[in-house]
Amino acid sequence: MNFELNEEQQMLADTVERLVRNTYSFEQREVFYQSSRGYSPEFWRQLSELGITSVPIAAEYEGFGGTGVENMLVMKELGRGLCLEPYLHSQIYAVGLVEQLGSAEQRQSILPAVAAGERLLTVADEEAGSHYHPEAIECQAVPCERGWRLSGRKRVVIGGELAHTILVTARMSDGEGVSLFLLDPAAEGVSRTSYPCIDGPRACDLALADVYVEADSLLGPAGKAAPALAYQRGRAVAAQCAEAVGSMEEAFRLTLDYLKTRQQFGSPIGRFQALQHRMAEMRGELELARSMTILAACVADDPDSESRSRRLAAAKFTVARASQLIAEQSVQLHGGIGMTWEYSLAHHAKRLVMLTHQFGDDDFHLGQYSALLEIPRQASQQVA
Amino acid sequence: MDIHFTPEELTFRSEVRAFLEQNLPTDIAEKVRLGRRLAKEDHQRWQRILNQKGWYAVNWPEEYGGTGWSVVQKHIFDEECAAAGAPRLVAFGVNMVAPVIIKFGTQAQKDFYLPRILRSEDWWCQGYSEPGAGSDLASLKTRAERDGDHYLVNGQKTWTTLGQHANRIFCLVRTDPSAKKQEGISFLLIDMDTPGITVRPIITLDGEHEVNEVFFDNVRVPVENLVGEENKGWTCAKYLLTHERTGQAGIGQSKAALAHLKQIARAETVAGQPRIDDPLFRARIAELEMRLMAVEMSTLRILAATRDGGVPGAESSLLKIQGSEIRQAITDLMRKALGPNALPFLEPELEPDFHGEPLYQDYGASPASQYFNLRKLSIYGGSNEIQKNIIAKLVLEL
Repeated sequence: MNFELNEEQQMLADTVERLVRNTYSFEQREVFYQSSRGYSPEFWRQLSELGITSVPIAAEYEGFGGTGVENMLVMKELGRGLCLEPYLHSQIYAVGLVEQLGSAEQRQSILPAVAAGERLLTVADEEAGSHYHPEAIECQAVPCERGWRLSGRKRVVIGGELAHTILVTARMSDGEGVSLFLLDPAAEGVSRTSYPCIDGPRACDLALADVYVEADSLLGPAGKAAPALAYQRGRAVAAQCAEAVGSMEEAFRLTLDYLKTRQQFGSPIGRFQALQHRMAEMRGELELARSMTILAACVADDPDSESRSRRLAAAKFTVARASQLIAEQSVQLHGGIGMTWEYSLAHHAKRLVMLTHQFGDDDFHLGQYSALLEIPRQASQQVA
Repeated sequence: MDIHFTPEELTFRSEVRAFLEQNLPTDIAEKVRLGRRLAKEDHQRWQRILNQKGWYAVNWPEEYGGTGWSVVQKHIFDEECAAAGAPRLVAFGVNMVAPVIIKFGTQAQKDFYLPRILRSEDWWCQGYSEPGAGSDLASLKTRAERDGDHYLVNGQKTWTTLGQHANRIFCLVRTDPSAKKQEGISFLLIDMDTPGITVRPIITLDGEHEVNEVFFDNVRVPVENLVGEENKGWTCAKYLLTHERTGQAGIGQSKAALAHLKQIARAETVAGQPRIDDPLFRARIAELEMRLMAVEMSTLRILAATRDGGVPGAESSLLKIQGSEIRQAITDLMRKALGPNALPFLEPELEPDFHGEPLYQDYGASPASQYFNLRKLSIYGGSNEIQKNIIAKLVLEL
């Protein structure tokens, strides 16, 4: 058991931190947000030049072969900068699904280009009535000659407007279970409705009207994508925890600075004990979130097990609770200025609250953990 | 970065577990599991067993009889001890005054006191709080005036835990009344048999005699019982407090308590349904277990960043707050698991020598009583509010 980063990991963290600091000031972010694409292709190019887009991808596909720990280091800095690029959904979640389910040909044809930052992926797995349960979907795949026809509606596909390939979940009309398909969003019958999310990144809804996909677009065995979706959502949760920690650290830093400089009643407001104790409580929760993020990063790539699922659920639960506390209290401690669009803190608050709406909020993960709660099989004699 | 245990650490865990299976007296483990009170003799018996194995003074440097274990080994040891039902060690001697003597004491003090602590020949208690000095500890008034080669000690200490068992007390006393608050304080070792010392019990809300008042009336203490420099006792006090707080995270204890809570929630039924199958109650347990996991990870991270078992004041403050809150929350759920059956106040069932038939289940007497007893956790060792002040000042620099 050790909590130290090795030299390579420290370099990676420093590299991303520096790049984000130099190119992703809040003012710059606002320009990216307002731009037609809603993110910075230039920043993405720099990430790929530095090899950062390749970090989560296996070495055999020209990736860096990073583990959960490397993903954590990257995501934390992207979170600190409130970066708008779909790194999590493309490089971690979708890539993980392709690596786990894809055939050798599929992996070889997709992953090197993704590692190089030339091709973006995303996953369309949420529907109106799914709410973090990827098996609770209605989108259908009907077999046809040399392929399938997909019909249905997908919601809030992060990065879906930019993605070159979208991984779409659907039920088989002739069988059980959920399948994953590689979808070219330019295919006939696909329509996208795009919008910014309230916390910044762009997303779209997908309407699939009898969309033809070829036989080799099926990712993994038909009807058997659910375990891979669950496993990869676990990896995404771990990475998302890191993003939240980066954002929490920044929100906390801004708030602490504010308490030291804002004067009321003739002194810095940080002198008031009520506010000091609030900050101490936030610091405590931030510490727990950091610890669980490290735990999540370390188990994210472990083989699937109940213990892994419990730990990842506990991590997301802890981080979601801490995120909301720090978001709400940072705004509260700032007062009115924390409510304004022109101040970065407000955007951290939105990000921290809304990221719990992807891959499960605190209640969802409480339910997951509760279902997996270990009960001693045999009560001791005295109790039995 | 890797949170998995190494093969060596797993072997160590098996070794500890095997030792506990063979050596932890079952009668003591049973009392601990059921939340009964422990007799002085119970504590001493267990301390001597540990010492025989060389596993008593876990936190001491090796040259004084410590184990030389890594922080992870210590954590594993604590966890296994708690899981097996070993009593939580009474810290005042082995884990509080001893580190201070090792750090600040003279050779003669080390030679005399440390072996006596190892052999459980001395039972130490702590003379810190006074009626007028609680959270504001530095306002203490107990005086020690130099009189030849003695100090003459006068004053009153309070909340002295298990002072009724003790033959020695370490005290913070005021040696320079004219100096500013923290600066005129000294750290003094006092023999409880010295004439002029009176111990009076304080009964707490759970009916237990755990704490005492200690009165000093012209008590003569040899000058060589001073630890460190005269008027520099606050340095010792602060050093000791960080040791005290580190232990207070009590992760192993909380894990054992949580396991016990699950047992109770399985055994207690409502309309035939175990409490653990009630989705709301189960979720409350799940929530606590997740929080405990987070506090455990934080504890490991903070301990890993230090070497000698003591941790910087600010971090130990966080651990103290979170560790105490979680233990309190566990006893809260234990009490609630019993519903109306938690109401009877069955004091005799809590006594160390109870061998009768319990009114309900054998675990039934303890939860409500424990719940009230453990309110102390967020009060002692510097209340949790004081810990937040420390964090605000030292970490946040507010």
